[in-house]
Amino acid sequence: MKRVAICAAAQHKIEPDIWYKRFQGMLLDILEDLQKQTGFIFDDEKGVHDIVSCSDDFFDARTISDNGVCDAIGGHYRGEDKMAQEGLNGIGYAMAMILSGHDDVIYLPAHCKESQAESRYMNSNLAYDPFYCRCLGLDYLNTAGLQARAYMQKAKITEEQLAKVVVRARRWASRNPYANETRQLELGDVMFSPMLCDPIRTLHAYPVSDGAVGLLLASEERAYEFTDNPIWITGFGNCMDSYFLGDRDLASSLALKKAASQAYKMAGIKSPKKKVDLVELMDCYAYQQPMWLEGLGLCAEGKGGQFIDENGPAKYNVNLSGGMLTGRPLMIGGLYGAAEAVLQLKGQAGEHQAADVNCAVVHSTTGGAGQFHTVLVLER
Amino acid sequence: MAVLRREDTSDCFVMPGKMVLPVQYFAGRAGSQFIISLRDERKILGVKCPQCKKVYVPPREYCEKDFTKLDENWVEVGNQGVVANFTVVHYNDKHLPLKAPYILALIKLDGADTPIAHIVSGIDPEKVSIGLRVEAVFADKTTNTILDIDHFAPIVD
Repeated sequence: MKRVAICAAAQHKIEPDIWYKRFQGMLLDILEDLQKQTGFIFDDEKGVHDIVSCSDDFFDARTISDNGVCDAIGGHYRGEDKMAQEGLNGIGYAMAMILSGHDDVIYLPAHCKESQAESRYMNSNLAYDPFYCRCLGLDYLNTAGLQARAYMQKAKITEEQLAKVVVRARRWASRNPYANETRQLELGDVMFSPMLCDPIRTLHAYPVSDGAVGLLLASEERAYEFTDNPIWITGFGNCMDSYFLGDRDLASSLALKKAASQAYKMAGIKSPKKKVDLVELMDCYAYQQPMWLEGLGLCAEGKGGQFIDENGPAKYNVNLSGGMLTGRPLMIGGLYGAAEAVLQLKGQAGEHQAADVNCAVVHSTTGGAGQFHTVLVLER
Repeated sequence: MAVLRREDTSDCFVMPGKMVLPVQYFAGRAGSQFIISLRDERKILGVKCPQCKKVYVPPREYCEKDFTKLDENWVEVGNQGVVANFTVVHYNDKHLPLKAPYILALIKLDGADTPIAHIVSGIDPEKVSIGLRVEAVFADKTTNTILDIDHFAPIVD
């Protein structure tokens, strides 16, 4: 089969409120960074002809949100498609464009400023239907609260184990120059932080985040024009679970298991425990880290609590960037994870570089309580 | 990558805004029947899939598993049920129906297979537990939504 490479990645420093710079300006920084790294241009011959962008209408407060940034991403005068799903799916879409022969080089920029919304939870409330869910105030936080209780009971997760997840994330984030929240914490800070949505505590939740991120993808034939060490996309899969919370088993992630199995199958991975060296997963709330690791097949079903105590996250180099827990914008968090995995596979992750990374798994989720999951496998 | 420099922010104007969008949205035929029954008869309806036998609440027109048409198979589920799961909302926000703290629960009504989300009131949030039996308390005024059930309250024996 033909191969598709990620040639390079660029990340904007994530902050709680980048009010002083337009997201268009943030995207221009990303473009210039990637052009400097790879030398890519927009001419009609050998340049980029197709853009896959990712942004969110509600956070940008305009529909067809890509229209607000097309000039800054090179989207005028050439092909431009917007991924309105979680951003990691933009990689799947760009990969398909290259594998189908539609094009051989794709630029993928993404942005989201959560701070533009008065409340990001008000935004996610609008993801629900007006009859059965929206009027009850369902949003991505309180639906996660319901899932947290269901999963914590099943996997016997303790307050101390959740605190360990958060403390570890902050420690790694302090080594990542792009990370948002790097204040160091003790276990007790987390365990006794105020309840936000029981059993989710304030310090179990990811902070409000603004950011932008970009990737350059190319066919195997073209990849070496842009980099000496391309990173290969070897697996991709996604899966959507039922909409109504009551239709799902909230304590077990069917959708993630299916997405992972599809990605592993494409990558020829029979035993992820043996093959995977590094994981970037989207843990918006602390309970999600062990839960998604179960879904990815790296932790036994229902054993998430024990897995934390046995340093399972360290064994698989989980979220050495700090991950979503230390702050990434919703809808593009998965792309930040992909950018970090690319740095790790290239050996360019600086102070948080892991040794001998050959195979990385990137995960993302959106929809209340992990309705939808995406899994990407990258190898060098 | 160049580290972001703090930029000059003098004379920077930030525009506040509000998205206001009058819309209409069809409840669907199954949804309409459900809402009408709640409003006029104070009965909670589900639909039973003749293929997989699952009783869905809220009702829908087709089974998402086998695409069997469901909306002729109405079943009345109980106005009572058990708390299958819950969270206590401790934050306040404009989209939330109540001031914090309040209980948001998944309630499995008697005869239904799929719990529905709703508010549980009439009990201290510290005392709610999975398995608590509750019953629907209907709203005085209709909103033509699931809030025609105002909340669920613990059953007092």
